[in-house]
Amino acid sequence: MSLKRKDLLGIKDLEVEEINLILSTAESFKEVGGREIKKVPTLRGRTVVNLFFEPSTRTRASFELAAKRLSADVINISAGSSSAVKGETLMDTAKNLEAMGADLIVVRHGSSGAPALLARALRCSVINAGDGAHEHPTQALLDLSTIQERKGRLAGLTVVIVGDVLHSRVARSNLWGLTKLGARVRLVGPPTMVPRDLGAFGAEVYTSLDEALDGADVVMTLRLQLERQGRAFFPTLREYGRLWGLTRERLQRAKPDVLVMHPGPVNRGVEIAPEVADGLSSVILAQVTNGLAVRMAVLYLLSGGKSE
Amino acid sequence: MSPQANPKDAPPDLVIRGGRVIDPANGVDGVRDLALAGGRIAACASSLAVPRGAQTLDATGLVVCPGFIDLHTHVREPGYEYKETVASATRAAAAGGFTTICAMPNTDPINDTRAVTELVLEHAAREGVVNVRPVGAITKGSRGEELAEIGELAEAGCVAVSDDGRPVMSSLVMRRALEYALAFDLPVIDHCEDLSLSADGVMHEGKVSTMLGLHGIPAAAEEVMVARDLALCELTGGRLHLAHMSCAGSIRMIREAKARGVRVTAEACPHHFSLTDEAVIGFSADAKMNPPLRTRADVQAVIEGLADGTIDAIATDHAPHAPEEKSWPIDQAPFGIVGLETALPLALALTASGRLTLPQVIRLLTAQPAAVIKSDRGTLGVGAVADVTIIDPAREWVVDPAQFRSKSRNTPFSGWKMTGAVVKTLVNGKVVYDAV
Repeated sequence: MSLKRKDLLGIKDLEVEEINLILSTAESFKEVGGREIKKVPTLRGRTVVNLFFEPSTRTRASFELAAKRLSADVINISAGSSSAVKGETLMDTAKNLEAMGADLIVVRHGSSGAPALLARALRCSVINAGDGAHEHPTQALLDLSTIQERKGRLAGLTVVIVGDVLHSRVARSNLWGLTKLGARVRLVGPPTMVPRDLGAFGAEVYTSLDEALDGADVVMTLRLQLERQGRAFFPTLREYGRLWGLTRERLQRAKPDVLVMHPGPVNRGVEIAPEVADGLSSVILAQVTNGLAVRMAVLYLLSGGKSE
Repeated sequence: MSPQANPKDAPPDLVIRGGRVIDPANGVDGVRDLALAGGRIAACASSLAVPRGAQTLDATGLVVCPGFIDLHTHVREPGYEYKETVASATRAAAAGGFTTICAMPNTDPINDTRAVTELVLEHAAREGVVNVRPVGAITKGSRGEELAEIGELAEAGCVAVSDDGRPVMSSLVMRRALEYALAFDLPVIDHCEDLSLSADGVMHEGKVSTMLGLHGIPAAAEEVMVARDLALCELTGGRLHLAHMSCAGSIRMIREAKARGVRVTAEACPHHFSLTDEAVIGFSADAKMNPPLRTRADVQAVIEGLADGTIDAIATDHAPHAPEEKSWPIDQAPFGIVGLETALPLALALTASGRLTLPQVIRLLTAQPAAVIKSDRGTLGVGAVADVTIIDPAREWVVDPAQFRSKSRNTPFSGWKMTGAVVKTLVNGKVVYDAV
């Protein structure tokens, strides 16, 4: 089976079979990370461009390493050093990169829809590495992969996503992915940051974290963008932490074998207590490891690779 | 304007024969011959003799009506000539059947002084093919702080004042504007948007914006300002005109205010009765305008408002932008779409669906917008200036932005199959657009 699409722009548009194909392909790439020589020749001669208009450590490094483990040539362009500062449009920048022979462009952009814009204009494949508050599909795929790895399934699980859902592309991509694969999704946070409309897309919307955690199999805490304070989304970090911060005491309402996840980077002591982030339930570092395999799978499948 | 010669005395130089004349200002709807003499309407009757030397135009099967009046056009000159000019905007207007366009003041410099008004009028006289009626700014620089010299703007030829593109956020300034403009009998046109609620919004706030992760502009951002303006209108007795109404709540409030006798008029744009926020899925910046495309319920409410008289005029909010500006990601691209060349068939679609009658549509494009700016156009009455639009309500065509007379191409209707086309547009009795 192969992935019959040019681009990966979001989870919303993916069929369940496509998600499962990526997840199963990622499983086979996880093995490569355990080898002494962590490299396969699969994408030799292909060029991958990481085009990042927003700062990123984890995602950019993960895509770079994933491409290198597949033997692709990789270049990294970040907004600070690109022509963006000289006024060149996003479209012109991307067309120039394509003219240099890029096969895959991995793009992160602060504007929702920027990768879709590029995908329409370019012949090469475009992978969305996070666009505005729209989608971050590889993050959701690595989250799905991690849950499946630990729980053996996704269907029937109760997954709580807590925090600033409004501004979170991770929350959206996970909502689409989890509901497609049969999990129940509870969204919780201050009502200013959890759009009620999401109820129409199959999520249950909560305001009380304690209630949302009741019997949960998985808790995903979202990064709180600290600059939101003072823009009337919540009064103080103190109150936010008191009501929606994930503490050890609160976590006891969830199932004993609950998984604690976070897409990073973590604000320790704000959205998640340090002892929870580092606790036995935490799979935060496993997420990062799995991210590599998932991104290898996506690069491979979009390059026309098949899974046997 | 030429002196009022008695057109009945002059021999007709053009007779438009056999068309269905729809002239809502005079209650005319029927097959008539329309005679023009010296740039004015000379006669309108079932069968007119054609004197020797007069030209005839066979309008059998066509609709003959007053030229359309657009209360809301962004001509972009001076300052943004790369988007549009008086020359290109008036040609686009003529192609869309509009014979009068009201030029919004958010140019560079802003039309807040006599000099800018005169410049626009001078360019219109030199290069324009339809009538251009400038709208002056309410406040200096449209900054919403101090009133512009509205008296002088009126003297120079402005037919209304507006800070369009921006609302007048201060309720006190809006109150004073409504009061002050009474001295010159000018309508005050407000762009209703509470900027603190719309903030960095890109599209309507609702299910679609939530799904796409785009900042929303709630309906309440418009509605709270409509409510405020209606209260101020009632307080001052001023002439309030509400631009581009897009939400059900706004329509409801205007309907209720009119029932109480509040002196308010309102306009709606074709895109707000033709498209919903679902047009933004795919992130096309050509579906980005302000106010944004709203929900199906809002579209229905706008159509209801057009049908029952709550809305007085169909206005285009023609807002040209260059392709490179619209090729930015949607949140960075400017608001606005061109509208002059697609307005008529979108309005006619409301007759096809049975929501409005053809005379109602014509009234919303002619007599009623004329009343808002107290124009002597929008009528085919004997003696009126012969601004005439001839349309074929059955002609089918496909929107190809490359064919636009406008300099800009930013339309969400590209590729749409339309029914209804302008055949000829006459200004002062002269043909300024001919589809043949």
